[in-house]
Order: sequence, then C-alpha cells, then structure tokens
Amino acid sequence: MSTPTTLFDKVWQAHEVHRSDSGQSLLWIDRHFVHEGSFHAFNKLAERALPVARPDLTFGIADHYVPTLARDLAGVADPKVRSMIEQLSQNTQQHGVTLFGLDDPRQGIVHVLGPEQGLTQPGMVMVCGDSHTATHGAFGSIAFGIGASEVAHVLATQTLWQSKPKVMRITVEGQLAEGITAKDVALTWIARLGADGARGYAIEYAGEAIRSLSMEARLTLCNLSIEGGGRCGMIAPDQTTFDYLRERPWSPKGDAFDQACAYWSTLYSDPGASFDLEVTLHADEIAPTVTWGVSPEEALPIDRAVPDPEQLSDPAKARQARDSLAYMGLTPGQKLTDIKIDRVFIGSCTNARIEDLRAAAAILAGHKSRVPGMVSPGSTLVKTQAEAEGLDRIFIDAGLEWRHSGCSMCVGMNGDLVASGERCASTTNRNFKGRQGPGARTHLMSPPMVAAAAVSGRLADVRTLTAGSDSSVQASGAH
Amino acid sequence: MQPITVLHNLGVALAAANVDTDQLIPARFMKEPRSVGYGQFLLYDVRHDEHGTPDAEFILHRPKANNAEVMVSRRNFGAGSSREAAVYALVDYGFRCVVAPSFGDIFASNAVNNGLLPAVVEEEEAERLLAALGDAPADIYVDLEQQLIRVAEVQVSFSISPVWRTKLLNGWDDIDMTRQHAHTITEFAAHYSAQFPWTAAQPPESAIISKG
Repeated sequence: MSTPTTLFDKVWQAHEVHRSDSGQSLLWIDRHFVHEGSFHAFNKLAERALPVARPDLTFGIADHYVPTLARDLAGVADPKVRSMIEQLSQNTQQHGVTLFGLDDPRQGIVHVLGPEQGLTQPGMVMVCGDSHTATHGAFGSIAFGIGASEVAHVLATQTLWQSKPKVMRITVEGQLAEGITAKDVALTWIARLGADGARGYAIEYAGEAIRSLSMEARLTLCNLSIEGGGRCGMIAPDQTTFDYLRERPWSPKGDAFDQACAYWSTLYSDPGASFDLEVTLHADEIAPTVTWGVSPEEALPIDRAVPDPEQLSDPAKARQARDSLAYMGLTPGQKLTDIKIDRVFIGSCTNARIEDLRAAAAILAGHKSRVPGMVSPGSTLVKTQAEAEGLDRIFIDAGLEWRHSGCSMCVGMNGDLVASGERCASTTNRNFKGRQGPGARTHLMSPPMVAAAAVSGRLADVRTLTAGSDSSVQASGAH
Repeated sequence: MQPITVLHNLGVALAAANVDTDQLIPARFMKEPRSVGYGQFLLYDVRHDEHGTPDAEFILHRPKANNAEVMVSRRNFGAGSSREAAVYALVDYGFRCVVAPSFGDIFASNAVNNGLLPAVVEEEEAERLLAALGDAPADIYVDLEQQLIRVAEVQVSFSISPVWRTKLLNGWDDIDMTRQHAHTITEFAAHYSAQFPWTAAQPPESAIISKG
C-alpha cells in the first residue's frame, strides 16, 4: 500500500522536473496564459534575446484593457490603452503564440475563456500573470497567479521554481439552500479565516455541497481562493468535470479523451490523506453574504449590521473597522439592508459566466433597476449565449447597459470606472480602496444579490425578494 | 540584481493592515513603461487627494522620506493582485526592504525577484518597530545575514525562507539558474508528453468555437 496522497500532491509530483538541495521544486507548466499586462515579461525576454520556449503551450488573451462599448481598437480614445492591446498582438505574433484577441469571437476574460475552450484540464499545472488564476483549479489542476519576473521565467523555460505550500482542506457539508451561491461560500470562509487565513496553503474544497456545484460555481469558488490568501484552490474532478470538458474545442478527442479521463479519475485525495489544516463549514450556516469594508474578509450575512468599532475588544480590529467604515461612508451599527447604492456591476472572472447572468436575470426579469449599471459577460461566447436566451433584453429592459466582454469595471483598466464616492454593488472579487476607481466604494456579492440590490436601490436579501414568487430562482451556487 | 547584506538608512512606518497591491500602485498607472520610473506612483491615491494634491502629513511626504530604504507595515502587506508593478513602485522609490507580520504570497515572490527583502516579524514586534519609528523617517538597521532589525533600542529578529535569503544575499537571478538545468528539462518534457499525451495543446480541427 502506498501512502495516502492528497490531490494536490498527486498533481505536484507529476510535474516535478527537479528538486534543489534547498528543497525548491522546478515545476513543469502545462498551460501559460499571457495578457496585455504581460508586456513587462516580454520586455525582459527581449533584453536577454531569448525565445519563448514553448509557444504551443502559451496563449495570449486580450481582456484587461479591452473596450466594452465596441470591439473596435480605433475607437479606444486613450492611446496608452490602445498600445497595451497592440503590444500583446505584436508580442504573441512575434513568438508564434496563439492569440484570442479583441476581435476574436472566442475572446473573453482569461479565466472564463480557458475552461470554455477546454484549455483548462484536470491534473495540469497552469500559471498566468494574474492572481485569479486559481480559478482553473476548479478542474483539479494546480493553477496560480505569478508576477512578471516569473512570467518571463515561464516564457523562457516552460518551468517555474516553487516551494511546496502546505495543504488545507475546506469541507462544506450539507446542501446549499436556494439563493445561496458559491460566492457566499467563499465570502463566508474568508470572513471566518481572514484575508490571509489561507496564506501559505494550497486549498482543496470538498464535501457534499461542493460536489453538487456546477462547473461554473466551482470556478467562482476557486477564483476567490486568493482573496483568502490561498496559493491556489482546487476541486477533485468528477463526472461534472468530465461532462463539461467533452467536446470542448481544445479538449482531447476520441480515444485520447477516454485515456485522459481514466487518468483524471485517479485525481482525488486518498482516504486517510493528511492535510496540514482542516476547516469544516455547514451549508446551513451560509447566508447571502455581502462585504461592507475594504477587504474581502470584511463580509457579513445580509441580515446583519456593520460593526461598531467601539464594541470591538481587539484594538487592531477596531482600528481597521474604523478606517474601513470611514472609507466606505458607513455609520457604525448601520443595518446592511439600509445601505443605499448608486450603481451595480455584473461582470468579472468571478461571476460573469452564463449561469451567473441567468441568476441575475431571473431576479431582474420584469423589474426596473433603481440605479444605473452595467453587465459585461465573461466572454464573447457567454455574451452570444445570453443573447440567444434573451437575457440581454432582460438587462436592457431593466435599464442596465449590455456591454462586451472584458475585465471592465472590476479593475477599471479600460476606463470603465465607478466615480469617486459612488457606491457599487458588484459581482467582482475585490472591494479594495480604489479598486473600481479612485474613491469608489465596492460591496461584493453574488449575481442574484446584485440584481436584488438593483431592484431595491439598496443592499437587499434576495431571499425576501423571491419568497412567494412563482419563478424559481436559479442561483448560480446549486443546480 | 543588487545583493543585500546590510541596510543602514532611513525607515518609515506605514501603520496600516492589508496594504494591498491596488493601493501600492493604482491600476491606471500600469500602462506606463518602466523607464518612466514607477516610484512616483507608489501609494499614489493614499498620499494624494482626488485633485492630485499631496497630503503633507503622509509619511512619504515628510522631510528625508525620499531617502527611506525600509518600510514597516502591518499584516497582509501586498495582498491581492499579482501586479509586479507594486514592487517596481517600491523599488523605484528607493525601498530595499519591507517589514510586516505577513505578506501576500505573490507579492513576496515578486519582491525577491526584484531584490526587495520581505522581512516577516511577529505582530507584536511590528508594533514595537512602528512605535519606535514614529511618524517621521528614522534610522533603521537591517541585517540579512543575522536576520535582525534595529530601530533605536528596539531590536527584533525576522524570518525569511532560506532559499530567498540566499538569492537576496547573492543577487541571483532565476532564469540563469534554471537554464543550467536545460538538459533535465528537455528530458522531463519528453517523458512527460509520452506519459500524458493529451496535455499537448491540440488546436481544434474545424471552426468549432464552442460546445454546442
């Protein structure tokens, strides 16, 4: 009998090219995604006159700076933004790297596009110069974000030096109730453990509630691993994973798919495998959750009130709460459902997949949004699909803007910004100070909760909106 | 990369937790080429008001702050976005070391790859250092060999992974190190693709762009 091994260790071991005397591992990289921001890394390569070692395993995606009003580069007013998109085209072309560019019908946010195209597969090690690369771990791969120096290293060698992280397992027992999504699971564990609670760990998500999640919801959950400090997040592949991957454009075909599937089926944590940390949540403890502060750890169930720093015994926590409340323009002890909003945003690599749009549209159907807002689908294919289902009409009829796909207002690099002092209910991943624009105030929540906020003009409990309604809400968390 | 052994210069206290990389460099500055110098963008929205007027009280606007080489802060420094530009902003400003109770993982790797020392101290020790530095730039001494930091009478030890310590002490660069293993990598790749043939990225044969 071999020693029981974790999912993480199985994948790690299969990719270890070399281990140094100091204990660092040189890992083989199966997939490397580059985007407009990777220009620093290409410049580092140029300084050394090095080629891209494996252009066949490298993929370029235009997402961070792309305009969402039109797909026309000439229409981009800021020449520096235009230049970012052009540099990616030039760099990928020069090195023979496949590009999913601005005008490509497959274009999308890297962490939506990779899975959608079948580029993301179980058992891989995947990297990208973007911290939300953890998303791809939903397929049982080790996927993590890296900096520009590491991007250059991967471009030059198709490998990366890594110290092996510790491994923690977050188990969610029971079944999520209607209206409770993967976003709520993530915000709940991050609020409990802290924004650095998983620092130094690779996370495996397990348990009945996780097994019941769709691929889209698993992607949302793994996506947010970094917001709790995790190096990566992963879920053991199962029939849901295999069904998703079959017949994707870049998935293995025919016998190769069966052969791959046989291997993928071995990728799970063996019974008795030991974890450095185990955390268990019960699904019935998880409520629709929103952030009130400027770190994802500052999150609470929607039926609660923001903290009163005077009531907090820990001086460090009180100091942080005071600072967060001041930035967010909130009163200590204010009920979350009394917080009025100025704008909504539905988009980002976290929550802009087709299920997310369906869940938001289910709440918005037949209603008007009380505030302006924008919907940016996670990919151009998601946009096409949503239009085929008539979801675009629901958003437009509600008074929201239906945009093209990109990182958009999650990070504002393309100019889609929340104005200073404005409060935005957002399906994105970071409520950091200034994240959506200088002075912008962000409340993170699930797509149905953003839709509920839109129709209410304030933060609202989606469960009270849907109670007694005939239409059942297809929450993105459960299927 | 410039090796670090001892730093003996000015230190500044940034008494805040969760100083994320979005704060260290707001996204709108990241389309600039590195040659413009990223130091001007460091903590831009924290130290300027919405009209771009500098906050004279902010620690980096105090006399001599331009000469600071060490920043001391609170937990979860550099969390969030993987943007290496956050490290460029610190390095271009003149910083060689950041001291905090914890760092975002990706930030810490990026720091080491740019010769910036991420020194981890206990939470109470960070508070002692912050108190000793006060609200103006003050003398600080950092010894990477001995792994200790001194401000006035306060002396604390810090931790760092041995691999990173060696890299920083020697100013080593990963790409040069890895290329010495080129033969091992080639052998591994051949073996790997035989064992996991489906991991080769096979472009779609036809114009299929999505699953039906």
